[in-house]
Amino acid sequence: MAALCVEELLARAEQREAEPQRSVTVEKELELEFDLGNLLALDRNPPTSVPRAAGAQRESRLRSLARDNTQLLVAQLWGLPAERAEGAAGPLLAQLPEPSYRLPREKPLPRPRPPTRWEQFARLKGIRRRKRTSLVWDEAAKQWRRRWGYGRAGGDPARDWLIEVPAGADPDEDQFAKRLCEKRERVARNELNRLRNIARGTLPGRGLHPTGHQSRVELGRASEVARVSTASLGRFQPRLPKEPAAPPSRGGKKRRFEPLLGDLAAERSRQLELLRGLGSKKPPLDLTRAVNKQLREEDAEAAKGRKRGQRGKRGRPRPGAAKGKKAGTRRQQRPAGKKRG
Amino acid sequence: MRPLTEEETRALFEKLAKYIGENIQLLVDRPDGSYCFRLHKDRVYYVSERILKVATNIPGDKLVSLGTCFGKFTKTQKFRLHVTALDYLAPYAKYKVWVKPGAEQSFLYGNHVLKSGLGRITENTAQYQGVVVYSMADVPLGFGVAAKSTQDCRKVDPMAIVVFHQADVGEYVRHEETLT
Repeated sequence: MAALCVEELLARAEQREAEPQRSVTVEKELELEFDLGNLLALDRNPPTSVPRAAGAQRESRLRSLARDNTQLLVAQLWGLPAERAEGAAGPLLAQLPEPSYRLPREKPLPRPRPPTRWEQFARLKGIRRRKRTSLVWDEAAKQWRRRWGYGRAGGDPARDWLIEVPAGADPDEDQFAKRLCEKRERVARNELNRLRNIARGTLPGRGLHPTGHQSRVELGRASEVARVSTASLGRFQPRLPKEPAAPPSRGGKKRRFEPLLGDLAAERSRQLELLRGLGSKKPPLDLTRAVNKQLREEDAEAAKGRKRGQRGKRGRPRPGAAKGKKAGTRRQQRPAGKKRG
Repeated sequence: MRPLTEEETRALFEKLAKYIGENIQLLVDRPDGSYCFRLHKDRVYYVSERILKVATNIPGDKLVSLGTCFGKFTKTQKFRLHVTALDYLAPYAKYKVWVKPGAEQSFLYGNHVLKSGLGRITENTAQYQGVVVYSMADVPLGFGVAAKSTQDCRKVDPMAIVVFHQADVGEYVRHEETLT
């Protein structure tokens, strides 16, 4: 009995000793791959110990697997060079190496730029972009020079010291100024087209961001938003001289009551006025009802008159069939209807 | 606490007019001082200006009552008169009903007035007219609505109801905790 007890105790003590050991040392068939810069560990071992069917066992196995791998990662971290922050008493800081694993990007890819107007036109016409060398041989200078730009082949036309007056041109016209003016126009047109292309690409917004063109409505809306974009929601913002006096309020009507100790005399007079309205038995004139009544009376009178007139015409009852009589009356009525129409 | 709005004033006056008619003017415009109607916790109070000013020193949630409570607005914005308004209805009442001493107690217990208990009634009272109920000693007991006109009262049998009960001074005992 006593020996058994001793053996049991020994076994228990052994287990207790092995417990912390097991939690620190982890055996793996394949070594893990570490990327300490990202604090990443990759386990390539097949998860054979994890059962396929979902359940409490699988959950616990997955947990223990994750724990083991974390243990390995932390052990690697302890191997890194470390230093104490804020002297000897501070926390231990490990210096991570550069991350080597390329993480996938967090944001989606940017949307492709919408084609410019020229690109659209070129695709429609089937125009292909021809590759041309940027350097061309300049015969005069005996040198390879750029096709465009500063120091280009054939000389910069803007730097010509002499220009021939074209045939049929006004001899007094300044050809240099004309060339400069044309160049400026081209630059301006290009800039305009560039902005137009940008504007075509962006969705029509509320006109809050400055673009090339802002309509009157957009500008008004933008100024309205800017006016209330202060810390006090535009309460103390003075209005511009030509700004409309009061913008339409967007919120609902707020319930307001008279002040508790306001003008009591005015309150009394208001109540007396109300009493006068209550006291008079005669209801106030309802204009629509009165007009309707008048119209109805006129209609009734007119109908009465018409009836009398018809009766007069049909004074002597014909001995013919009822059908024929009806047709006769209809015939009589028709011209009147036409006249009215 | 706040003044009544236009609709609330109208509802109040229409109800009061059933009992005192155009005499409401005497309540609104009083020669002996400035009085007004104020709403507090859905109840309408008839207050003198002096008391109103004093009452502003008390926080709204702590204020239980001020002046005279005339009645309250229901959740559907109808106005109900309370018996506390009797002091102002009785002197100006246009149509009155006097009950016999034997029927007084029955009325004060919240019952309708029967023909057998009817002592006197104002001439040409219309049906469903608001009336103030008095004892034969001219003590106001409460108010109600005439179930029958004066002419009809003569014909009906003694157990028929002639005045529907609305409020009586017995409520000061019965509804002590809710009357303010």
